[in-house]
Order: sequence, then C-alpha cells, then structure tokens
Amino acid sequence: MSKNRSKSRLFTNARIVDPSQNMDEIGSILVEKGKIAACGADFSRIKFKKKVETIDCKGNCIFPGLVDGRVFIGEPGAEHRETIASASRAAAAGGVTSMVMMPDTDPVIDDVALVEFVRRTADETAEVNVYPTAALTRGLNGREMTEIGLMKQAGAVAFTDGRKTISDALLMRRALTYAGDFDSLIMHYTEDESLSRGGVMNEGLNASRLGLAGIPVEAEVIPLERDLRLVGLTNGRYHAATISTAESANVIKGAKSKGLSVTAGISINHLALNENDIGRYRTFFRLSPPLRTEDDRMAMVEALCDGTIDIIVSNHDPQDVDTKRHPFAEAADGAVGLETMLSAALRLYHNGDVPLLRLIEAMTSAPARLFGLPGGSLEPGKPADLIVVDIDEPWVLHEGDLRSRSKNSPFEGARFQGRVLQTLVAGRTIYAHES
Amino acid sequence: MANFKNTSLVFPHRHLLGIETLSPTDIETLLDLSDKSVAVSRQVEKKKNTLRGRTQINLFFESSTRTQSSFELAGKRLGADVMNMSVGSSSVKKGETLIDTAMTLNAMKPDILVVRHQAAGAAELLAQKVDCSVINAGDGAHEHPTQALLDALTIRRAKGKIARLTVAICGDVLHSRVARSNIILLNALGARVRVIAPKTLLPIGIEELGVEVFTRMEAGLKDVDIVMMLRLQRERMTGSFVPSIREYFRFFGLDRTRLEIAKPDALVMHPGPMNRGVEISSEIADGPRSLIQEQVEMGVAVRMAVIEAIIDNHAVDPSNADGGTA
Repeated sequence: MSKNRSKSRLFTNARIVDPSQNMDEIGSILVEKGKIAACGADFSRIKFKKKVETIDCKGNCIFPGLVDGRVFIGEPGAEHRETIASASRAAAAGGVTSMVMMPDTDPVIDDVALVEFVRRTADETAEVNVYPTAALTRGLNGREMTEIGLMKQAGAVAFTDGRKTISDALLMRRALTYAGDFDSLIMHYTEDESLSRGGVMNEGLNASRLGLAGIPVEAEVIPLERDLRLVGLTNGRYHAATISTAESANVIKGAKSKGLSVTAGISINHLALNENDIGRYRTFFRLSPPLRTEDDRMAMVEALCDGTIDIIVSNHDPQDVDTKRHPFAEAADGAVGLETMLSAALRLYHNGDVPLLRLIEAMTSAPARLFGLPGGSLEPGKPADLIVVDIDEPWVLHEGDLRSRSKNSPFEGARFQGRVLQTLVAGRTIYAHES
Repeated sequence: MANFKNTSLVFPHRHLLGIETLSPTDIETLLDLSDKSVAVSRQVEKKKNTLRGRTQINLFFESSTRTQSSFELAGKRLGADVMNMSVGSSSVKKGETLIDTAMTLNAMKPDILVVRHQAAGAAELLAQKVDCSVINAGDGAHEHPTQALLDALTIRRAKGKIARLTVAICGDVLHSRVARSNIILLNALGARVRVIAPKTLLPIGIEELGVEVFTRMEAGLKDVDIVMMLRLQRERMTGSFVPSIREYFRFFGLDRTRLEIAKPDALVMHPGPMNRGVEISSEIADGPRSLIQEQVEMGVAVRMAVIEAIIDNHAVDPSNADGGTA
C-alpha cells in the first residue's frame, strides 16, 4: 500500500477529459506523492525520475474522480442496508472518489460529535473521500436550527434536512440568514408534504391507470419558489438538491438570472428514466422525487446542457427487501446509484444529448466547487483522484455484481455503454475492473 | 384428450388480475359461461363437481362480507374446499409482509388464491410469487375485475346487449376500483361510458381512458340507459373531498327526479354496500328499476365462471401441449 503510494506513476496514451481545465486531449498524466504532478499533451518540459511505473491507457479516457453530491448511507443506524465501508466499495467501482453523505441516519447527524464520528469512521474504513453534511434542524424536526457554525468547523460541507422539506418559512429564512454568516451552503429537497400527501408516483394518466395516488409537479415547485424568494431576501447560499420538473428548471433559471446564489442538482435517475419505467408496479422505480414524464426528462437534459442544472448526483439510497418487497404504494422510495451513475450518464453522451465535457463537469468540478472540496480536477497540485474509463465498452448490469449491501437498482438488467476500468484516490488504485 | 371440456382452452389465462388484460372475446366467453352458472345456481341441487379436490383460499386483507361470501359460495358450488383467511391490518403490523403471508399459504398448495388488498398491484405481486392461480378480488384503487364482469352480465341479461348502451358511472371514481374495471370492460364491449362526479373525486387524465366527463347529474344523466352509482366512503364526505353529506346528496345523489332525466327504461345499479340517502335514495334502491339484487345473484355466477375457466385452462394445459387444439 505504502509502496503503491510512494511510487510515481505515469498514465500515457489517454484521452484526458478535465472540465476544470477545459481539456479534452490525448496526453499523459504523472502522479507523484498522491498528487497530480503533470497533465496534458505537452510533456516536453516535464522532468521526472527514471523509476516511474508507466501505464499505457490505450486510448481510454481519464476523468477526474467523480464527486457525488447526494449519498444516503445506513451508518449509523441501518448498517444492514449500507455501511460507510460498503458504500465506499460501491463508489470505487462506479468511479466515485468523493461522496457527500446525507445526515438522515439514526441518530441524525445534527451534532459535532456525529460529524466527527462520520469523519473518523470514513478515515478508518473508507477508501474514497467521505464528506458529511449535517442536519439543518435538530433531529430533522423542522423546528430548531442546529449548530451550523460548530459543525462547519468540524467538517460539515453543507446543511440539509435530507429527504425532508422544511415547511416553516420563517425558520427557512433565519437558517438562510444565519448560514450565510458562515458562508455555509443550504441544500434543500422541496416537496410540499401536504400537497403530495398519500402520493406515490407522478400525477397523471399513468397513476390514474394504475390506481395509484399522484404527486403533482406543483408539490415540488411551490416550496422551491418560496425558497428562492427567501434567498432573494437573505442573500444566503442555496442549492436545490434534486429537481425533477421542467417548471422547477424555469424558476431556477429565473433566480440565477437575478444573480442569486442558487444552484441545482438532479439525480441521474431523472436524466435516464421516466414514469413509464414503473411499468407494472416495479418498486425499484419508486423514487423521491417521483419519476416524471418524458417531457420533463427532456427538459432536465436541456437544463443540464444550458447550465441551469449544475450537478448530477446518484441520490444513492440503499433499501432492502424489508422496505422494497411490498405493493408499490407501501414500498419505500429510493434507489442505489453509486455504481451506475457514470454509465447511466454516458448514455446521454452516446445519444448526443449532452457534450462529454459538460456531462463530466456536472459530476466533477461543479460539485467540488459547490461543496468546496479538493477533488474534481486534474490540475497539477490537485489530489490524484482519477478514473480510467472505457467509454465504449458495452455491458449489462446484473444484481449480483453490485457491491452495495442493498440491491435496489432500477438499472438491473440494463445495457450500458462505458465502464470504469480503474479508480485512484490520492494516487492509489482502489479499484480495478477485472475483464 | 379425455378431460377435454368444451369450455376449456377458450380462456387462455392463468390468473384474473384485471379487466385490462382481457380481450373482448375473453370477456364474452366469461359472460356466456356465467349464464350457465346462473342456471346451476337456480336449481334445487346447486352443486357441481368440477372442482372436487381443489383448494381455494380467500385471502382478504380488507374486510368485505359481500365479495368474500360470494367467492366462498362460488367455490363451494363448484365442489372446491374453500378456506377463508381474513388478515386484519393488525397482523400485518406485526411485521409479516404480504409476500410472507402469500408464501406461507403457497406452501399449503392451494389451487386458487382469491385476494383482496388495500394496495394497487397487490394481486399482481402475489401472482409473481405463488404457484397457483390468483384472482383479484379488488386491489386498492386499481381493479375489481369480477365486479365489472358481474355488472356486465347484469346489464346484458337486463338489456339483451351492451354495445351502444350509454352507461353513466356516478360518484367517487377517484378511489374506485369498480369504476376503473367497469370503464375498461364497457369500452371493450362497445358501450358509451360517462362519469359524473365533482372534480375532486375524479382521477387526473380520466378523459383519456375513453369516458365523457360530467360534473352535473342533470347534464350527465340525459339519454342514459344504465345509471351505475358508486359508494362514497363516509370519511371522504366531511370536508376532505366534498363538504358534507347533505351537499353531496343534493348535487350528486340519485333520487326520483334525477332518474327521470335518464331514458324512461333506464336501470339503476350499485356495487354495494349502499349509503342510503347519501348517493342513492331508498325509493330508487328498492324500486322497480333497481338491478341491485340481480347484481348480487350474478356475482356468484360470474365468480363460478371465472374459477371454472381458470381451473379448466390449467388442467387441460399439459395434454394440450402435444397438439390437441380446439
């Protein structure tokens, strides 16, 4: 391990795609002491030691390691679904080198000691970087603010109530104001619980046909619009965690054009799937927010291209048979996604929907910038978190291949084009695909 | 070929999960078969031997005296051993899931599982997990296929046909599996279907299921041949979907004045249990134009036909594999 770390490695003959440098060229990358020492086509002026291990990438791509901005993990409290260690293994296989972990655990991460617990456990058991977020309200109760300043000092990269929406507008206003003093990011999932009550899928003809109660688009847009007005009032930093509708993209776009400090994320599921995938009550497609129509999906793709949507997240949410093997209306929301985010996203590139640089930016430099993380770039001096990817290799996902403790993938049996061959964190190979 | 029966093979389904999966021919086949079962039920000797030695389990997660006893009688008249299992919501809370319960019953080797569950898709989920035939006796707000079949049989016997009749389905369509199954079935057989309800009780996109939408009884009942009333749950009429019982009855209840808007020979149906004075007046419910008692009788006949068709198809399947076609 230490040998691996100290040794200099030279990756040659690679297609380097690094949005942080606006780079898409054939070249080489030199890794020394866990950092990127040199990167690009022009290696003439770089001098390096003779004892360097050279790896011929044979024309495959090198991307910065992915930064996943929304990962639910079962530790502490639901280790049977996922531990930090098992999520880390899944992440490595999916090319994710940094995970932003959500605070919806048991106990909730709403205290300095718990932020430290996550960081310590990650140090001891995880091979990828794990960055905790902390709850915005105590115990996710939606009423009292947590110690935003102290937890930020302890390492919390953002504040969020996870799957929950804060209904109290005054609390949201104060949280935005207070967090603004610490330059802390507030990340919010918006779903008006009173409007979506009882709903289990997107409202519309499909839901009516299946006899399922629907969640209207307005349940997402109404609290989002409220939040954006509060951002205008407070000048806080606000990130819409996962939007899913064309109308949400419109209001985000409006807020951005006013110069507000607003960003938006989208789960890979909402770029790759739509409500028709639910078919005959397939609970692995029961998600939060719900899968929407194909029109919404296409609007999301467009919003990603034009920069209205800033980042793509896996929204990794491990659920086991206890919570998924039920009739659709009684099953839990959520899908695992760490291992399939990149391959599912590459569909958008292969279809010609999204340029490769923009696609990779939304999973690397954009989230790194948003959360203030060191990774997500191949610039010299940055940590050597990188992935070698064959963007053309066809493969089929089988449930048994998943490293996550939970197997609730909506992509089971799906055909992909493009997979991770090797994952490096701080210069060390933590995953290599066996072909 | 020894056990070839003239009713078999024409119904190519292992389960009855919904009307949506049936072709118009399948539906006609079941209705023809049901007519024969009506005759059996009207004999003094009501028992057949078709299902001797077979086990039918009625698995009801929601209580329903009417549907459950109808299925029980149907099974018994065919000679099956029938077991009733009412799984209250309390035992579900003890932690056993629907699938656990189903697997337990499956291990007892029943031939037919009749299931009623509060969640849409529950019958389909069970059908994927068990080895026997599954009959959907109502799954959430999704489907209630035997109810739609018995309604169709009642209409066909009363009017002599279904095609080109105008049928108005009135009331809580939003929560009604009966309405969904009926809309699909009546459309399949060529009837004109209307729904009449306040918009709060109509599902989004209902027009696209092939119905005309009315929000006033006065307009919707005009030229109607069949008025099909739906039950409105009491908890839904105290402000959550409609403001009050009296307001609902005033605007959406069926009484003599309203029925006069329909065709002079229009007939009235209700899947039961009725809320007298809420969706229907007693005068109409018990009057000469009511088909409500016939519906109950047809219920047993339709369920006999469904069970028989499914079991026949099942039994003949293997021998059919070597070329014996009808």
